Amino acid sequence: MVDARKLRLNLESTLDSVEAAELIVQRMAELNGFDEDQVHQIGMGVRETVANAVEHGNCFHADKTVSFDASIDREAFRVTVIDQGCGFDPDRVPDPLQGDNLLMASGRGLLLMRAFFDVVEVGPCEGSGTRVRLVKYRAKGAGRTSQEEVR
Amino acid sequence: MSLSTAIRDVAGVTVIDLSGRITLGEASGKLRDTVRNLLDSGVKKMLLNLGDVSYIDSSGLGELVSAYTTARGQGCTVKLLNVQAKVQDLLQITKLYTVFATFEDEAAAVTSFSQA
Repeated sequence: MVDARKLRLNLESTLDSVEAAELIVQRMAELNGFDEDQVHQIGMGVRETVANAVEHGNCFHADKTVSFDASIDREAFRVTVIDQGCGFDPDRVPDPLQGDNLLMASGRGLLLMRAFFDVVEVGPCEGSGTRVRLVKYRAKGAGRTSQEEVR
Repeated sequence: MSLSTAIRDVAGVTVIDLSGRITLGEASGKLRDTVRNLLDSGVKKMLLNLGDVSYIDSSGLGELVSAYTTARGQGCTVKLLNVQAKVQDLLQITKLYTVFATFEDEAAAVTSFSQA
């Protein structure tokens, strides 16, 4: 039987992986009692994270993969994404809300991740690459937490 | 769901009816090409109808901003029509609501171009 609360994948560095990751986490969230808005936010935040890993981390390199780990417990939806790129410092990303940065054509992915997840941790991965850890807590009273209710 | 586009003229305003998702990859590229082709043909008043756009990611937002800045550089004004709730949320989060003039009524949007 498939456990809809845990998933670990190695994704190719393609746009299809971005689409797949978004659809997978949305389905996991639906099956585990997250509400419609939360499902949308989880999907979008994961989409931005995997897109960054594929595009900016692995540069669409066919020999590089993205490690994708998602799990749901009675408190939260947790996702960890690790790329095989050169790493980056999130503090050096220009604030897209400031001044002329508003008109930048890119650089909003991290902002959206932070808007849609309660915890966003970005840091170097052992060896090389970037690790992003996301946590989305269930809204008060939302979700089903008993073993029987979680499919 | 990919992005589809349809172009029509309303009282001198070029309306681009967009339908689908504006996301990283083909969809963002299609929007970029559509806008550039219209700018190349001399369009100066452009209204992007997002009424059937259910989803935009950061790449799509970037493409909207690029359309705005590229058009402005060529003397063309870009405005948005029928922005759906989830997309409106994104405009709030990113403060792009301060950049784009948005309208819920097409006639009002078209009229606004002549008032500018």
